[in-house]
Amino acid sequence: MDFMVFQYPMITIQACLDGVLLGVLFALIAYGMALQWGVMNIINIAQGDLVILGGYIAYFMYLFGIHPAWGVIVSPFIMYFVGIGIYKLVINKVVDRDLFISILATFGISILFMQLMNFAFGADVVLANSGYGTTFLFDSNVVLPNSKIFSAIVSIAFAICLVIYMKKSKLGRAIRATAQNARAAKILGVDTEKVYAATFGINAALCGVAGALISITFTIHPYMGLPYTIRSFMIVIVAGLGNLPGVALSGMGLGVFEEFADYLLGTEFRIGSVFLLLVLILVYRRFKLSRKREYLK
Amino acid sequence: MNKNIILYAAILIFGLAAPFIFPAFKVQLSILCVLIILAVTWNIQGGEMGYNSFGNILFYGLGMYLCASVQVGMFFPLAEWTESGGEKTFVHTPTQFFQGMAVGLLVAAVVPTIVAGLIGYSILGLRGHYFAICTLGLGVAAGEISGGIEIIGAGQGFTTPPFPNVGGLEARGEFFYFCSFFALVIAFVTIRAIYSTRFKLILNAIRDNEDKAEAMGIETMKYKIIGWMVSAFFCGLAGGIMGGLVGYIDSTDVAFDGREMGVFMVLMAILGGKGTLWGPIIGATVFHIFKEGFWTFFLGWQYVALGVLIVVIVIYFPEGIMGWLREKYPERFGEVVDEADRKAQVELK
Repeated sequence: MDFMVFQYPMITIQACLDGVLLGVLFALIAYGMALQWGVMNIINIAQGDLVILGGYIAYFMYLFGIHPAWGVIVSPFIMYFVGIGIYKLVINKVVDRDLFISILATFGISILFMQLMNFAFGADVVLANSGYGTTFLFDSNVVLPNSKIFSAIVSIAFAICLVIYMKKSKLGRAIRATAQNARAAKILGVDTEKVYAATFGINAALCGVAGALISITFTIHPYMGLPYTIRSFMIVIVAGLGNLPGVALSGMGLGVFEEFADYLLGTEFRIGSVFLLLVLILVYRRFKLSRKREYLK
Repeated sequence: MNKNIILYAAILIFGLAAPFIFPAFKVQLSILCVLIILAVTWNIQGGEMGYNSFGNILFYGLGMYLCASVQVGMFFPLAEWTESGGEKTFVHTPTQFFQGMAVGLLVAAVVPTIVAGLIGYSILGLRGHYFAICTLGLGVAAGEISGGIEIIGAGQGFTTPPFPNVGGLEARGEFFYFCSFFALVIAFVTIRAIYSTRFKLILNAIRDNEDKAEAMGIETMKYKIIGWMVSAFFCGLAGGIMGGLVGYIDSTDVAFDGREMGVFMVLMAILGGKGTLWGPIIGATVFHIFKEGFWTFFLGWQYVALGVLIVVIVIYFPEGIMGWLREKYPERFGEVVDEADRKAQVELK
């Protein structure tokens, strides 16, 4: 088992490419997480469920005969308003409270969404067939579905658009100002309530894009949300808030790790290894930080 | 003090008589006892220590698997048992069953305690939301990993040994009720004893300001680990009993069920009022009644209701029942209230 990686280099290449393409998607979700975490100081456990909901929008377009790739355009629009709705109903009441309150409240939203999606869409694992075919590399030893390449390109495009938007537009400036110091921004005339709503909406829209891409490339299922939340959380804590290249790199790293875990340990341990990695990273971080604290002494 | 003794005696007698007064609700009452144990032990971290754990489900599930595995493994090959699934090729005699159960419960309580002690140093060093997410990850990881291990049934589940044919039809329910009730009594007595010592004050100091507590010369890490180990002990015990009661262990739906038990224990403690002795007990009772009502009459919508309930409780009712009572009748809680001050507050509102 252990030697497989070296004996069959093609499998290694395959896993690396798969992982990188997958990791770009994770990075997109993590970017949304970092955005709301940085601006509102909220950890949204329902992040993954927003992703899955976005995926179902694309899937339904596919069922009605529209090419699912258009979901990339439609689902962020719908998800933006879903995000605003969630913000108005729940999040604005927990923004300035204890972080645990927001974790628990969004956990409740997550359970609610999971079950509502289970009712609405059924408990089957579904995917939207894009019909994009596959690319063969290295004498057909490495097989890459075109949909994965498509999804990676689209997510990179969306990420770049968002970065430019955050830099140039008025709302982007307001968001960045609020992230730096909400009180000062308020004094200077920024409507922070609106900024928070918009941030949560943008986060939900990003989840919508990612979900639509996931429904094309992988599969979606009402209960598959939590792993996406955990992955994005992990990427954010590894990269740090507001470190975009770090988010992209650690997203890809996580993707590669997952593919290797899948090959080496077996598919049944894939999700488990992700969660275990989270625990290990947090523990590593804790020891690193405690060493730093000792230096200060 | 005298009043308290009468109250406790009344509760104890009621608890002992309950399965005979309500014979139809024996299973429900046993589940209630388990829920109370979970809520009360969660409260040690979440309420008193300020470490909001989603991961106590880890010890619960561990205890469940350990108890059943020991009970089977003491007498029969474990792998063949799980492979045969529902069809019983091996049958426990009554003596074997009870011996296995006793040893199993002991193991189910002790091993999670050791595990908590071992991982405590690394996990409890995390603060705030990092701790919450890390423990959430631990619980889910345990569920996913145990779902891939062949010897304890992997994905198809683990059937615990059936109750032996002694003492008539009612015996099974009564046995598990008294198991869980005694576990509850032990848990309550232990925790009450702990709460009356300096230990509780230290936990509260950790909750209020950990760095300051450390600066005062308290070895916070030691006390945090001890607190977690106490929780783990009773969570494991509760898990072992629950495994026997349910009769079937599935990795993600029964044992490491973060979506149900893992959330329930947090919710019950918050509903009752965290940081109080009686709060989690009241919360668990109210929650259990609500849950059973909803699970029976609106089957299928229970998770929707659960999600809404979490959001509503967390946003509008974070102090819980005890907190609400305390605000309404502060005299009952031994707080001296200045009448003029109170009037001024009412006028302010």
